[in-house]
Amino acid sequence: MLKSREYKTTQALAHIVGILFTLAAIIPFILLIVSSFTDNAWVSANGFSFLPGAWSMDAYRYIGLKWTLIGRAYGMTILVTVIGTAVSLVISSLFAYGISKSHVPGMKLISFLLIFTMLFNGGIVSTYYCYIRLWHVKDTIWALIIPGLLMNAFNVILLRNYYVNNIPASLDEAARIDGAGEWRILMTIVTPLSKPILATVGLMTALAYWNDWINGLYYLSARNGAKYYTIQIVLNNINDDISALVQAQTSGNMGMNVSVPSITIRMAIAVVGILPILIAYPFFQRYFVKGITLGAVKE
Amino acid sequence: MAKRMKTKIRWQQILPYYLMVLPGMAYLIINNYIPMFGVLIAFKKMNYKKGILGSDWVGLNNFSYLFKTKDAWTITRNTLLYNVAFFVIGTVLAIFLAIMINELTSKKASKLYQTVILLPFLMSWVVVSYLVFAFLSSENGLINHSVMPLLGKPPVNWYGDKRYWPFILVLVNTWKGIGYSMIIYISSLVGISQDYYEAARIDGATKWKQVRYITLPLLKPTVITLFIMSVGQIFRSDFGLFYQVTRNSGLLYDYTRTIDVYVYQALMKNSDYAMSSAASVYQSIVGFVLIVTANKIVKRYQASMALF
Repeated sequence: MLKSREYKTTQALAHIVGILFTLAAIIPFILLIVSSFTDNAWVSANGFSFLPGAWSMDAYRYIGLKWTLIGRAYGMTILVTVIGTAVSLVISSLFAYGISKSHVPGMKLISFLLIFTMLFNGGIVSTYYCYIRLWHVKDTIWALIIPGLLMNAFNVILLRNYYVNNIPASLDEAARIDGAGEWRILMTIVTPLSKPILATVGLMTALAYWNDWINGLYYLSARNGAKYYTIQIVLNNINDDISALVQAQTSGNMGMNVSVPSITIRMAIAVVGILPILIAYPFFQRYFVKGITLGAVKE
Repeated sequence: MAKRMKTKIRWQQILPYYLMVLPGMAYLIINNYIPMFGVLIAFKKMNYKKGILGSDWVGLNNFSYLFKTKDAWTITRNTLLYNVAFFVIGTVLAIFLAIMINELTSKKASKLYQTVILLPFLMSWVVVSYLVFAFLSSENGLINHSVMPLLGKPPVNWYGDKRYWPFILVLVNTWKGIGYSMIIYISSLVGISQDYYEAARIDGATKWKQVRYITLPLLKPTVITLFIMSVGQIFRSDFGLFYQVTRNSGLLYDYTRTIDVYVYQALMKNSDYAMSSAASVYQSIVGFVLIVTANKIVKRYQASMALF
């Protein structure tokens, strides 16, 4: 009797805590979304609100008008995410598979060189200098793909651990006896068996590319790099200066005398930027959880 | 003869592995190792025309200029204190939340809570700064318009008053990161054998006692691992948090500017190679010393918990 009362209290408490944290996590998003559908004049008089007095689609209509700029940025985000993730997966899994063969001479040193990058780096200034002066990425699309994001040491370690722990060595040997070379073993046996970890690492990488704005901040100039702006960079730019958006070319010819919903438009662009994550996330949730769980286990 | 054959086959077999690591190794050289030599900038009087190697040596002058400024102390203090606060508050809350969620017998509810609580972790700092702005904006913010009048208080110029920011930044950082740490702790909780709890229940231990004497001690290795990692990171700060969420407001700098923000400012806004490179190399070297030291201490204390 006593036990069941303790059980009930614990469950009730756990639900209360769970619900409180869940609400805290979601409420800012609700405010963002509601704000983007609020009438601009109403916000300017009454502030952002969960229950606005006047709803409006103006902000989204304005996005439609400025689709030359926003659509382009959106396309750039998708392009950079797809290319970056694909190249990153190839480079990282090849590297991880190579260093997973610790019996091969030199691989221990190469693993160490990877881990050392997590402990020490040249700092922001010299990295910036090298990318600008030696690799000339300024105002190119490579600025968004290469610096910092292309191969993440944590992800490589996740992959390597998976290859070491989850791919039986006997499979390898059997294939070798059948005359398969190392490349064929990797392509036809190891990679299909590693789909779960590749999905996890791929999603983490895709998210990092989708969310990145720092490379744009450092390596794209407004004058020559604007054509490579992604949606995150546009969000960063209009954060305190909406004029860039207002001056951008309007699609069609009816945009000239439309008043700018200058407050709600920012919220609407932010909603457009996070929408794909909100939609895709429930389906991929378990991969993210797996990535986090595996990442915390030291090598 | 036989021996030579063996070596030949062996080389053929391992050569592909070297080819496999080649692209990744090239990336490490480009992205990490060559910039490591770039720390030389900090010891030179940078002349953009002459390049790093051609510029004149100035010894430690850049560092002595940096440490003569008040900024050096402020950015160091901010970086360190915020990291300590983030770790302590983040860990306590995440463990509490993980224990509560792990108690739930309804798998559906548990999964729903976890999914939603992790959501902020997936957002970029730019988006987070928009979310925060909706609450804090002086002209249109929810707090100034709806909450302050309710409390009968005058509106606050949030982005102009530094006193509030230690709390705001800790809150925002915890909000974004708690799902991540919660999941790490839940995964270690799941690994604890139910036998311990069974035995404790038979002995009549209350839930609180079970948590106190079984759960918390068994979480210690996870806490320590995360602790060493954050000690190694203690000289780093999340540029996005301190730059975006504060909207880089100069009025807040005393309490919000960290080393990373300072370096960005000095490099990109003032093109001051001397100050920015001194600060960035200072960050790299002290950070490196700290992580190696932390690891050594842990190794002495319990070798299996060391990171490397």
